[in-house]
Amino acid sequence: MCKCVPGKGDNHGAGGTKVKKFMTGNDSAALAAKLARVKVISAYPITPQTTIVEKLSEFVANGELDAEYIKVESEHSALSACVGAAATGVRTFTATSSQGLMLMSEILFVASGLRLPIVMTNVNRSLSAPLSIWCDQQDSVAVRDSGWIQLYCENNQEILDSTIQAFRIAEETLLPVMVCFDGYILSHTAEPVDVPEQSEVDGFLPQYNYPYALDPEHPGSIGAVGVPDYYEEFRFMLQEEMLKAKEKILEVGKIFAEKFGRKYGLLERYRTEDAEIILLTMGSLAGSLKDMVDEYRQHGERVGLVKLRSFRPFPVRELKDAVGNAKAVAVLEKDVSPGLSGALFSDLSTALINSKKSPLLMNFICGLAGRDVSPLQIREAVKSTLEAVEAGEVKNPVRWLGLRETLMGLR
Amino acid sequence: MSSHTSTKKLLPGAVIMDPGSTEQNETGSWRSMRPVTDYEKCTSCMSCWLYCPDSAISCEKPPKVDYRYCKGCGICANVCPVKAITMVPEGQK
Repeated sequence: MCKCVPGKGDNHGAGGTKVKKFMTGNDSAALAAKLARVKVISAYPITPQTTIVEKLSEFVANGELDAEYIKVESEHSALSACVGAAATGVRTFTATSSQGLMLMSEILFVASGLRLPIVMTNVNRSLSAPLSIWCDQQDSVAVRDSGWIQLYCENNQEILDSTIQAFRIAEETLLPVMVCFDGYILSHTAEPVDVPEQSEVDGFLPQYNYPYALDPEHPGSIGAVGVPDYYEEFRFMLQEEMLKAKEKILEVGKIFAEKFGRKYGLLERYRTEDAEIILLTMGSLAGSLKDMVDEYRQHGERVGLVKLRSFRPFPVRELKDAVGNAKAVAVLEKDVSPGLSGALFSDLSTALINSKKSPLLMNFICGLAGRDVSPLQIREAVKSTLEAVEAGEVKNPVRWLGLRETLMGLR
Repeated sequence: MSSHTSTKKLLPGAVIMDPGSTEQNETGSWRSMRPVTDYEKCTSCMSCWLYCPDSAISCEKPPKVDYRYCKGCGICANVCPVKAITMVPEGQK
C-alpha cells in the first residue's frame, strides 16, 4: 500500500505557485533538471534506465532545453562523462537505477573525491540476484559510503523540489547529490505536482561558477595521485564538508520555503511531540505510515513518524532530538546489510550511542523488491514494538515483515 | 614522510591550480635498478628518450638520464638498439 495522493505532512498543499501538473515521479525529476537549465546530460538508455532521461532527450531534441545530451555505452561511462563535463564547470545531470548504479559505483567515488557537484536521480529498485526490476532501497543504500549526499523523497512534489534544491546544495558544497525515490511507487505513478515558473527557479538557482573549472587559459590538474602523504587529508576534508552539508541542506531548504512555500529539512516529524513509539523510514513508505499514525492517534495511541530525508549526511543531532524522548523506535526499511541489520537501523544505533538515555530500537525489514508493505504488516511492527516497551527489553531487534515462512520450510 | 611532502594548503578534490607541479615530486627514490649508459656504444638515436614513460631522459645528444625522476623501469635499456644501457642494482657501482 502506498499513499500516492499527496496529503499529509510538510510538503503538501501549501504551494507558492499556481500551475499544477499531473506527473509521474520520472517526469518530475526530468522537469526539475530542465528547470535547473542543466548544460550536460549523459545517459545510458537501456534497462534499468527510466523515462527520466527519455523525457530529457525529448526536451533537448525539441529545443526546449539547451544542453549537450551525451549517449554512452554504459552507466560507468554515463557518470564518467558527467565527471568530465562537471570539471569544465557546467551544470550536469544523469539518472540511473539499481544495476546501473552498481555499474557506476567506481565513478561515484571519483565524482565525490574530485568534489564535482553532479546531480543524479536514482530510482530505487532492487538488486540482482534474483533478477528483479521492482522497488526497494538496496541500491542507493549500498553506496552510502561513496561520498554523495543522499536525499530521499516521499512523493512526486518532493522529487521536483529536492532535485531543484540538489543543484544548489551540490554547487555550494562541491559535493555530488543523489536524489532517490521509490521505483514504480513514485517513478511510474502520476500525482498532481506544483510546477514553479522558470523565472522563479532562475531566481533560486543562480548561474553556476565552479571555482576550479578546467580552462586552457589557466591550466590546472585534476585527478592527481594521492600518495600516502596526502590521501588521508582529502578523505578528512570530504568528511568535514559532508558534515557541514547538513547546515547547507537546512539553509537551502529555508530559502526554498521562502520562495516556493514548501518546507524541507534533514528530516520531517509527523505527530511525534508526545509519541511513545516513533516509526522511522525513508521514501514513499512515509506516506503509508502517516495514515497508520493517524489511525493509531484516533484510538488514543501515541504513535508518531520521523521521515528521514537526508541519509547522507546523517543528521545525528536532529534524529536524537526527534526520537530521544520516545520509549521505542521502530525502523522500517527496504534494505538489509546481510550479517547485521538494515542500514538505517545501524546508523540510528550509531546516532544514539553514548546518549544518557536511548529509546529501545527495533528494525523491520520490509517491502523488498516491490512487495507491498500492508497496514497489517505495519500493525505487526507497532505491536512488536509495544510488546518490547512493556517487557522493557528487545529480544530480537531485527525482524522481517510479511515473510512467507512456509516457502522456506520455517513453519 | 617522504621528501616530496609539500606544506601548501590543499584544495578540495585534490585540484592542482599550479601546472607543472609534478616536477616538484622527485620519484627517483622509487628506483631499485639504475640505468647506466655506455657512451662509447651510444649512437644518440634517441630511442631511450622517446620511450621513457617518465620524461626522465633529456632531449640532447647524447641523451642523459635524470636520476631525480627515473623510477628504474628499464624500458630504455630494453629499447636501446646497441645495448648501450645496462640496469645496475642501486647501491652497486
